Amino acid sequence: MTVALQETRRGIGGTISDVFFARPQLLTFLLLTPPLLWIGVVYIGSLFALLLQSFYSLDDFSGVVIHEFTLSTYQQLFEGSNVQIILRTVTMAALVTITSAVIAFPIAYYAARYARGWKKALFYLAVMMPLWSSYLVKVYAWKLILAKEGVITWFAGALHLNWLLNGILGLPVIGGPSLSFSYLGTYFVFVYIWLPYMILPTQAALERVPANFIEASADLGADPGQTFRTVIFPLALPGIVAGSIFTFSLTLGDYIIPQIVGNSRLMIGQAVYTLQGTAGNIPLAAAFTVVPMVIMALYLWMAKRMGAFDVL
Amino acid sequence: MSPAVRFQNVSRRFGSVRAVDGVSLDIEPGEFFALLGPSGSGKTTCLRLIAGFEQPDEGHVEIFGETVEGVPPYRRNVNTVFQDYALFPHMTVGENVAYGLMIKGVPRAEREAKAKDALAMVKLAGYEDRRTVQLSGGQRQRVALARALVNGPKVLLLDEPLGALDLKLREQMQEELKTLQTNLGITFVFVTHDQGEALSMANRVAIFNEGKIVQVGTPSDVYERPTSRFVADFVGSSNVLPPEFAAAHGGTATWTSLRPERIDVVSENATTPPYYASAKGIISAVSYQGAVTRVTVVTEKLPLVATISAGTTLHKDDRVMLQWPKSAMVAMGDGA
Repeated sequence: MTVALQETRRGIGGTISDVFFARPQLLTFLLLTPPLLWIGVVYIGSLFALLLQSFYSLDDFSGVVIHEFTLSTYQQLFEGSNVQIILRTVTMAALVTITSAVIAFPIAYYAARYARGWKKALFYLAVMMPLWSSYLVKVYAWKLILAKEGVITWFAGALHLNWLLNGILGLPVIGGPSLSFSYLGTYFVFVYIWLPYMILPTQAALERVPANFIEASADLGADPGQTFRTVIFPLALPGIVAGSIFTFSLTLGDYIIPQIVGNSRLMIGQAVYTLQGTAGNIPLAAAFTVVPMVIMALYLWMAKRMGAFDVL
Repeated sequence: MSPAVRFQNVSRRFGSVRAVDGVSLDIEPGEFFALLGPSGSGKTTCLRLIAGFEQPDEGHVEIFGETVEGVPPYRRNVNTVFQDYALFPHMTVGENVAYGLMIKGVPRAEREAKAKDALAMVKLAGYEDRRTVQLSGGQRQRVALARALVNGPKVLLLDEPLGALDLKLREQMQEELKTLQTNLGITFVFVTHDQGEALSMANRVAIFNEGKIVQVGTPSDVYERPTSRFVADFVGSSNVLPPEFAAAHGGTATWTSLRPERIDVVSENATTPPYYASAKGIISAVSYQGAVTRVTVVTEKLPLVATISAGTTLHKDDRVMLQWPKSAMVAMGDGA
């Protein structure tokens, strides 16, 4: 009696499968080559070109880029108005990040701990839906809401709270002629636009905290406040840090929101846009874009030192 | 002296399911008490009622004479060893063990010293600075135990404490837990579905079925004198004899339990000694189980299982006689 040890091969597909089965590294190699090429050449390559540009300088008289290594462009970053731009942007990004984290946490906590079934579906829908419509449409919608003749002014009038609105607009630095022409307005829109990027990673981190950690903490004598500080928050921290990377870096680089809603003072993104466009100062634009990268690297290094990624 | 834990007619419902249904139970101070039952029988809910993670819908739970109604878990002087240990991954082993003391505001040096002692007690001296992810299952179990015991609880609750360990380790931990409990004198209440574990460790056992306690007693009570077919079958396996069969073989006319190890398998025409009952039959299965062999014999009325020492020459389809002392037949009342 003969026993069929080998099944008959099934065409060319079967042969290819056999080759890959025998050489798993070949499959890995073939799968990874295209994305690695993409990242290596297009992504890292362009970044490197940018970095290179920042070490060139612009001849003030001829407006021609001098292709010689110099640190003078970086030196310009620390001059008067440029420092102001950087400080302004970093402060805005930090405040937007902190506010997003504070608003996002209770929402994320509810979604992770209590929402089930249709409530969870509703949560995802509510968080994601703003992301489906055009960013520009949302920003212009906010301009209308915040404008002098907009909804907020109207509401303040109807509730006889004009004095409050005017008082807020009268505040130094953050105020202005109307919300749509103030730092406060820019800040509102930033928080609104980037909030989903904070909620989702925070919720994902909280989702991974098993319910019995909270029971164990209570069992060992911790009241809900202590449990929050010593167990829930530390375990959610990697998610909050991940979210803050989004909100912080997106705010650092954005040039459309402050253009549409805000006063005429520039943020880093706008500075880069202006310098590489009308001014033709590519080296300084490149140096400006290096700033957010350095800040993010510092931020991540600090977060790591504080143990934010220990549980990952 | 008031009992360590008292359940007075306690019920807990989840929707329409009565997870715990009119349970009354006293656990004495210093007892090693087992809540034994199949999954979904309400034993874990009872443990959670003591810990405070659940509140009774009806009845009262008392801990050392104090009613604990509405007292949250963090204000009860009981500690729990969780089934999957629930060690905090963002803390070292030492920080985990010292957690309860840290919460109570014990100064750092003192709590570190106590955590060190607690770890030494569970044979993990020097593990303070390890991360919990680096530990094996057995080591995590010990850390969870130390983390609970360091708080000096009046009652220690253990939820399937050995469920995740392999056989060898489980046997070793059974002995260690028993020794620890004897030395500390703390009341231990543990939940298990493993009858062997309950019988070997506990002073007393409560057997749960469908939210109710069906029998409470010492391990030998529940094993040798089951009061119901459920207990006879769940605690060890047993031959459950119908009333007429029991009566015909010198027992009482009630549902009766007969343990397989009490039955001898002898040749078909052997003489039956006095005070012994017998039944003839044909072997339908011989199952080798290491130390013992299970022999299933189909008698005229019903199949009976006997366990005999290994090394038998019996075969399927052999005609044999079964003999057992009449005293081995335990009447179980109404046979519920």
